[in-house]
Amino acid sequence: MSKYQVNEQGFYGEFGGAFIPELLYPNIEELKENYLAIEKSESFQNEFQQLLKDYVGRPTPLFLAQRLSEKYGAEIWLKREDLCHTGAHKVNNTIGQILLAQRLGKKRIIAETGAGQHGVATATVCALKGLDCIVYMGEKDIERQAPNVARMKMLGATVKPATSGSKTLKDATNEAMRDWINNPEDTHYIIGSVVGPHPYPDMVARYQSVISQEIKNQMDGLPDYVIACVGGGSNAMGAFYHFLDDPSVKLVGVEAAGLGIHTDKTAATLNLGTPGVLHASRSIMMQDKDGQVIEPHSISAGLDYPGIGPAHAWLKVSERAQYMAVTDEDALKAAVECSRLEGIIPALETAHAFSVLKDLDLKSTDRVVINLSGRGDKDMNTYMNELNLK
Amino acid sequence: MISNKLTHLFNRKSTDLLNIFFTAGYPKLEDTTIILNELEKSGVDLIEIGIPFSDPLADGPTIQESSKIALENGMSIEVLFNQLETSKHDVPVLLMGYFNPVMQYGIEHFCKRCKEVGVDGLIIPDLPLEVYASQYKHLFEKYDLCNVFLVTPQTSTNRIKQIDEFSNGFIYAVSSASTTGTKSNFDDASEYLNKLKSLNLKSPILTGFNIKTRENYLAACKHVNGAIIGSEFIRQISNPKSSLQDTVKDFVSSIKND
Repeated sequence: MSKYQVNEQGFYGEFGGAFIPELLYPNIEELKENYLAIEKSESFQNEFQQLLKDYVGRPTPLFLAQRLSEKYGAEIWLKREDLCHTGAHKVNNTIGQILLAQRLGKKRIIAETGAGQHGVATATVCALKGLDCIVYMGEKDIERQAPNVARMKMLGATVKPATSGSKTLKDATNEAMRDWINNPEDTHYIIGSVVGPHPYPDMVARYQSVISQEIKNQMDGLPDYVIACVGGGSNAMGAFYHFLDDPSVKLVGVEAAGLGIHTDKTAATLNLGTPGVLHASRSIMMQDKDGQVIEPHSISAGLDYPGIGPAHAWLKVSERAQYMAVTDEDALKAAVECSRLEGIIPALETAHAFSVLKDLDLKSTDRVVINLSGRGDKDMNTYMNELNLK
Repeated sequence: MISNKLTHLFNRKSTDLLNIFFTAGYPKLEDTTIILNELEKSGVDLIEIGIPFSDPLADGPTIQESSKIALENGMSIEVLFNQLETSKHDVPVLLMGYFNPVMQYGIEHFCKRCKEVGVDGLIIPDLPLEVYASQYKHLFEKYDLCNVFLVTPQTSTNRIKQIDEFSNGFIYAVSSASTTGTKSNFDDASEYLNKLKSLNLKSPILTGFNIKTRENYLAACKHVNGAIIGSEFIRQISNPKSSLQDTVKDFVSSIKND
């Protein structure tokens, strides 16, 4: 088995595990016992593949971005996850988890969301399957992602504001976990990223791995680089997954530096963090000397998270992947550049990934895949304000 | 075998045990020892002090809010140890806290300091049994610290027995599967508590979460060895009707009715 995959104890190297209160033990055990068998079953695979094709619109195209290629002097390919139903890669995972939840007999779905993309993707599959849906979202994110809040409501979900702490993604995650503690029997918690207790990081990575599977099928040979933005790290893990054991493929994760990694307004977890336990797994996190979580900052709600999936911590420590950091300002510039050179408005999260093209030492023969994880519709308020588009 | 104030208590007394929880450094930083001393004087059997954490997953709004204020007041593990060091107490004391701050402090250093300042046991809700057993049990025992696990109505009988085997203080039975202090009424948990009792576990059982009144306390003590009151006590000291000392004293006597 690959040294980059989770081991039987639920660890990636020294990271991962399930540091859960006993209150969640039965829920996590149930998942651990069943997730692999369900995923391998024919009924699951048939329905999963059919929904990815006919409902999500997969495979998503791998597009050769000619004008970006000219500008950066290398072949730049875009994996068009922005064309997925609901506008981002998040739906790959929610389709997988809703099918799992159904097979476990769950009636009620909860989720956390930052930018609202995972919340929308969860509300969507709950509507599709007729299950109750409650989405926790930080109060601050509810303000900055209003269109996605409206979409969730239109899809029939209840959006509950998380009012504690920084009122962003980490607090929404706390609230969702508390809900699960209070409703242990009929509820499945659809975590939106490769974070949380084992088996979530592995389960979400498997459902997202369709991204790199398709890239492999669509490309003639291997790419030289795969680049993806990283908050919790689900789109990056999906894009890296089938390349982990191809050492010639350079894997680049891009974190949000916020106002800069030398300021206290940043979300560059792997660049600045230290090992610790957050949201029930051991990973790298932003914390003070007393082990209290530092509230992060990023212009993009989807990257505004003080932790990161344990698999990424392991890829960083084992030097299989490199993790760069991009400021709010540079992400905005990259969003404009992608829009004007390729006619694609990316999500703010995704824009971070484009910004490192200028910093990589690219050769003309290099083939670079950027995972275009989401589209920018949800960010138009921020773009209008920051770029004077009114 | 661990021998400390907590194990001595259980050797001496096995009914109507009253355990009160409060958050260190709340309402004010220096209130920790005032509350501790007053609780001891009021005759509670054991005391649980919460180490505040920025992201308390297993706690409801009341304890979350007290943790947030305690952190703003400047509470930390180091400050708490210094406070406990200067306060003489004979009542058994447990610390309840999340794993990350303890891990950052250094687990062995933490255990050592606990023993030095008169702490008898630990409740670390996000330190699972398996990790404790394989990595930390020997350290806890080296410094005479009992480790307390939670069980819920969803915990299987096999799991309860396994937990009992690794428990050296008491078992903390959650009366309904819920975060602390969020339900408005103490659930009628008789059936569940009787089931626990019928397992003839070696460890005493205290039940907590959602116990607010003397009636709840008495109901709990009918089935198990004692009860834990947390959120309700925090609510009382958050809005004291008199001095902090009197509020503590009055609350304890309202429960014990003496």
